[in-house]
Amino acid sequence: MAETNNPLVLTNARVIDPAANKDEPGAVLIRNGIIEAAGSAALNQGAPEGAITMDCGGAIVAPGLVDMGVTVGEPGAEHRETLESASQAAVAGGVTTMITSPDCDPVIDDPALVDFILRRARHTAIVNVHPMAALTKGLNGQEMSEIGLLKEAGAVAFTNATHPVTNSQVFSRLLTYARDFDALVVHQAQDKDLAGSGVMNAGLRASWLGLGGIPREAEFIAIERDMRLVAMTRGKYHARLISCPQSANAIRQAKKDGLNVTAGISINHLTLNENDIANYRTFHKMSPPLRTEDDRMEMVRAVADGTIDVIMSDHNPQDVETKRHPFAESEDGALGLETMLGAGMRLVHSGDVPLTKLLAAMTCNPADRLGLEAGRLSKGAPADLIVFDPDRPWIVEKENIRSRSKNSSFEDETLQGRVLTTLVAGRILYNIAA
Amino acid sequence: MTKDTTHRSTSYPHRHLLGIEGLQPSEILHLLDLADEAVEVSRQVEKQKAVLRGRTQINLFFEASTRTQASFEIAGKRLGADVMNMAVASSSVKKGETLIDTAATLNAMRPDLLVVRHQSAGAVQLLARKVECSVVNAGDGQHEHPTQALLDALTMRRHKGDIGGLRIAICGDIRHSRVARSNILLLNALGARVRVVAPSTLLPSGIHNMGVDVFTNMREGLEGCDIVMMLRLQRERMSGAFVPSVREYFKYHGLDKEKLSYAKPDALVMHPGPMNRGVEIAAEVADGPQSLIKEQVEMGVAVRMAVLEALATHLPTK
Repeated sequence: MAETNNPLVLTNARVIDPAANKDEPGAVLIRNGIIEAAGSAALNQGAPEGAITMDCGGAIVAPGLVDMGVTVGEPGAEHRETLESASQAAVAGGVTTMITSPDCDPVIDDPALVDFILRRARHTAIVNVHPMAALTKGLNGQEMSEIGLLKEAGAVAFTNATHPVTNSQVFSRLLTYARDFDALVVHQAQDKDLAGSGVMNAGLRASWLGLGGIPREAEFIAIERDMRLVAMTRGKYHARLISCPQSANAIRQAKKDGLNVTAGISINHLTLNENDIANYRTFHKMSPPLRTEDDRMEMVRAVADGTIDVIMSDHNPQDVETKRHPFAESEDGALGLETMLGAGMRLVHSGDVPLTKLLAAMTCNPADRLGLEAGRLSKGAPADLIVFDPDRPWIVEKENIRSRSKNSSFEDETLQGRVLTTLVAGRILYNIAA
Repeated sequence: MTKDTTHRSTSYPHRHLLGIEGLQPSEILHLLDLADEAVEVSRQVEKQKAVLRGRTQINLFFEASTRTQASFEIAGKRLGADVMNMAVASSSVKKGETLIDTAATLNAMRPDLLVVRHQSAGAVQLLARKVECSVVNAGDGQHEHPTQALLDALTMRRHKGDIGGLRIAICGDIRHSRVARSNILLLNALGARVRVVAPSTLLPSGIHNMGVDVFTNMREGLEGCDIVMMLRLQRERMSGAFVPSVREYFKYHGLDKEKLSYAKPDALVMHPGPMNRGVEIAAEVADGPQSLIKEQVEMGVAVRMAVLEALATHLPTK
């Protein structure tokens, strides 16, 4: 492992820095865990004395990924995932910053619990961890949490995770109050009454399978409501995960109207559709549900045109006890940290999303929205970066999954594009050759 | 539009019966032929065959059922199997033991045939993947109920001959009905013209692409039909959730003599049971001359004998 006090030079690289719209052959010079130069400019500087040189063999060097959608089982469900095990999975997938969900047991709705996460992360996790705190106490959707104190304790954003705030008055007050602290409200919107007891996308597939359906309207009516409330309150809003074109349209319009709005999506909803559920495959049960192929293609276009800003893994470790049930009784969620980039490369190889755009949605876009300095290769930025081969095929094998849980929706699938090396603060924490 | 039914399969090539989906028309007809023979056996004084002698059949019912469970029990016993009934209250399952654990436990007892009913769609398929014996789906959530569709087809065929070309109306709570799904699949496979008739709130999403003609007016829907199949409306869906009231439902969607008169004069009436007289069907029709409802129960035993016998051919003999 490289020592942090020795300068490190990554040579013979294709350097992509989406924040600077840079994609060029070059090198990256790292000193004291900080990027000193990156790109073709770094070529002229030569290696400083005592520098360790790493030949990238023409592979891509890009910022480490910033994943806005990581659920960890710590505290409360450590048998499924700890901050430590999640971070081990993260480096294998090129994720150097995890934004964690407050949906733990107990819910992260108290400054002491934010502090707990940060301390545990410092002691056990090998990547950067920034917790989001609960938007409402206990995620109950009724009482606002201590947004000011939580932010001071280190919460980077406020979310009710997958539990929507259905009460419009509560939600408008949250947006209003959060504005005073310049706090970002991350919301996964859903009309719970309309979603009813549904467990997959409403339509022909669900009808034949005899499963309750969740119509798209359950999502986009709620997104449209949120846009109205953001307009009313001038709040700072990020749609956690949108899954249907009508939601994207609402976001597009809100941006046009100058609202402080961004949107995210999970890698699952960009690369899978409801047909992947096949015969009740519970690893494909998600919230919101996987939609149709037409929806998926529209969502990919929404990433390409910039309507959707952020792609996240929506990493949600579940074990046998929660997934090996009949479909309707299984928990939602799938792993994602280790496969986000590889799966995302499908969109690049298919020609639907340019590589820099994909990387922006996984690096500088979430970092900018959260006010983090990560996700870029600019001089002075932390040396969190990945070396990856965009064409290298690999198979997602259960026995190689680093996460404590094994609920990958890409199990046994071939992905093309693999992380070779991951550095956090200039230290090599993952190297595929090693 | 009559399908060629002259080509008969002489075997049932599957280890399980999990649904009508995936069955070839010839396989369905093979099961119906076997069932015709089983009817004869059942009508004799000596009703026993030895096809399943020494075999263990477990009826595993996670959801309460009287007639289906009794039907499978009698069918197994007439074929000589040792039949055991296990009613598993869903609450005790929720207390900890997963369905997979239950499957593993039962599997260790080495049954040969497992008949399963479960309240969740896909549960029987899940269980079938975890056991080594043959599995029969006796109803999984709102997904499929294949033996019901087979017994309905058997009843129709014995009265109307070839099912191909028959005009059949399935009426009532299509949305929540596994019977409707299995029947739509089976009757379409055999070339019948299938209609569904229901208030729009009781139709599943995507129904127009499920291979049926859709009606919300019962008189129009029954026009010219050979078979009128009524479905049960669950009590909790009667009072405001899906339809406003029993009396309104009965007025527009209950089968009475007047509405039945729109079907062909020799139309036959079916119902998978248990019936709600005065909700989806009038007593005068349910117990009238056009009703096949009691015969369906008899055919149920025969079809289940046929299915168990067909699966028995795949059981290991050593």
